[in-house]
Amino acid sequence: MSLTTFLQHSLTGISLGGSYALIAIGYTMVYGILRLINFAHGDIFMMAGYFMIFAMASLPWAISIPLVIILTVILGVSIERIAYKPLRTAPRMSIMISAIGVSYLLQNLATYLFTALPRAYPEIPFLKKIFRIGDLSASLVTLITPILTIILVFCLLFLINKTKSGMAMRAVSKDFETAQLMGIKLNNTISYTFLIGSFLAAVGSILYFTDRMSVTPFSGTLPGLKCFVAAVLGGIGSIPGAVVGGFLIGICETFLVAFGYSTFSDAFTFILLIVILLFRPTGLFGEKIIDKV
Amino acid sequence: MKKSRKVIASVLLALLILALFMFLDANKARYGMAYTVLQKGIIMAVVAVSMNLVTGFTGLFSLGQAGFMAIGAYVTAIFMIPAEHIQDVYYISGISPAILEFKLWLESLPSWVQAISPYFTLLLGGLVAALCAALIGIPVLRLKSDYLAIATLGFSEIVRAIISSPQMDTITNGSYGLKKIPGFSSMVQTGIIAAVCIAFMVLLLQSTYGRAFKAIREDETAAEAMGINLFKHKQLSFIIGSFFSAVAGGMLAMFMRSIDSKTFSITLTYDILLIVVIGGIGSATGSIISAILVTLSKEWWLRFFDNPLSIGGFKVPLFRTGFRMVIFSIILLVVVLFYQRGIMGKNEFSWERVGNRMKGLKDMIGSKKGGAKDV
Repeated sequence: MSLTTFLQHSLTGISLGGSYALIAIGYTMVYGILRLINFAHGDIFMMAGYFMIFAMASLPWAISIPLVIILTVILGVSIERIAYKPLRTAPRMSIMISAIGVSYLLQNLATYLFTALPRAYPEIPFLKKIFRIGDLSASLVTLITPILTIILVFCLLFLINKTKSGMAMRAVSKDFETAQLMGIKLNNTISYTFLIGSFLAAVGSILYFTDRMSVTPFSGTLPGLKCFVAAVLGGIGSIPGAVVGGFLIGICETFLVAFGYSTFSDAFTFILLIVILLFRPTGLFGEKIIDKV
Repeated sequence: MKKSRKVIASVLLALLILALFMFLDANKARYGMAYTVLQKGIIMAVVAVSMNLVTGFTGLFSLGQAGFMAIGAYVTAIFMIPAEHIQDVYYISGISPAILEFKLWLESLPSWVQAISPYFTLLLGGLVAALCAALIGIPVLRLKSDYLAIATLGFSEIVRAIISSPQMDTITNGSYGLKKIPGFSSMVQTGIIAAVCIAFMVLLLQSTYGRAFKAIREDETAAEAMGINLFKHKQLSFIIGSFFSAVAGGMLAMFMRSIDSKTFSITLTYDILLIVVIGGIGSATGSIISAILVTLSKEWWLRFFDNPLSIGGFKVPLFRTGFRMVIFSIILLVVVLFYQRGIMGKNEFSWERVGNRMKGLKDMIGSKKGGAKDV
């Protein structure tokens, strides 16, 4: 493999990793607060793809992008309100089944509304501009993705560490009940978490699908699961961890495909998951959780 | 109700079902739809009970059913496709010579061996899956609820990736799938295989092992304190559940006659989960009832949701391909959110319960009549 191809693949990998990182943050934040794998997160991401297709059909991109983000956030927050909120005190298995039910519903709904055939993702002109550095050539989106990811992560870290609502989120993720006793509005904080998660998923979806060209009702499932693995890899609950995990998985996947093992690239992610859970269940940056009886 | 009457009632019920199956066998042409759908329902019942064994009774939220079914289905398919059709099936890259030789050797054996070979193949598929479950269980069963779910889901995707990879072309025919799998000879045969599987699991659940499983479900730490070997019992439940999922997978292969790796995607696991949740998590009979009901309505009774419908010139909106599955996902959500018990909750079917219901119904009717007299 020559240096140019190596760099080319690295660039693709980092770009893919960036969108994975954005989705992984959604998983890690929800898990940190609700102790729930939001199975529907991958499908929210898929729905954001469809929103973009329909928005771009009649609107210019400058209006479409904020519109898509708003719609996705509404979808994410209403899913939490409808499907997860009534189950706050229910056993964990029920809430997980509810999450699976939402994911199943979104997939079937998308199949019903938009058919199972792949739909072409609209081109956002300025993201698709090709540019060259030496022998490398890439579209602008490949370069923007990691940069935007890093910027968003810094904003998010600021939000969580420095603002009042960020403090509320940290408190809720430490202890649900105590936080409530301290006067934190639990439901608002949780909705806020879903809002941020869905916002990042929408941004991730625009970046991801611009590179992939088409959306199907099932195109959210595998990226969703991979991003969950990324979140686990980085240590669930930790935002920098999720970002590192996202980039790692994106880069590994790109190189596996480049070496011709494309059928195993999905399997690799899950083997990685099992290996991590065996040797370092708390992930790279996770805190140790002690089981209380 | 007396014990003897209960036995009589159970035997009568079994005979009734047997008679129904024989009737369907005899009139296969006339009741084609009922025949096919019921057969699928029976197979789904086996998977649903096996998933319930792991998820509902032992409290291990495993989402790997589709992967184990794939193992069973592929083992069954590879061994059961007749040697004469092999070239048609593996038309792309040929079959590995070892398997072909084994098949030819198998077909040269006397006919009674041929007659029992389907059962052995199903058993073999189950054993292969059980072996995989044992291996994967060692690391995975140490995980807690949601990690376990995602790890088993991952396992099922790994199985699918391996099956459809080009490196496996000469064994699994890669992504082209397998076809020309011999089917069941009759409904009675399907029914009996399913009944044996389900009976085994139900008996297991009533044994001391079953009680240990339930103890683990209720509280792991307490169960361990009572001297239950957590790992051993979890492993046992996981292996047995996987074994029967794989047997059901093999049956599904025989039912569908042609399979490919896409059949066993995550959606299949979700379909089974839907059945288990509707039937009641922790009720074997609930799973059976719900498997039959869900499959019947999904494949037959509610088919009309998918076709455009017009009543007296008025075209009903919404009715279009895919609407049926939307309805089913909404049902799943509604059951989870508002009616977590499902059909049976954690109870099992019993004649006492039926008797009480009947009595309650009679009393209700009686009191209504009585009430009318007073007025």
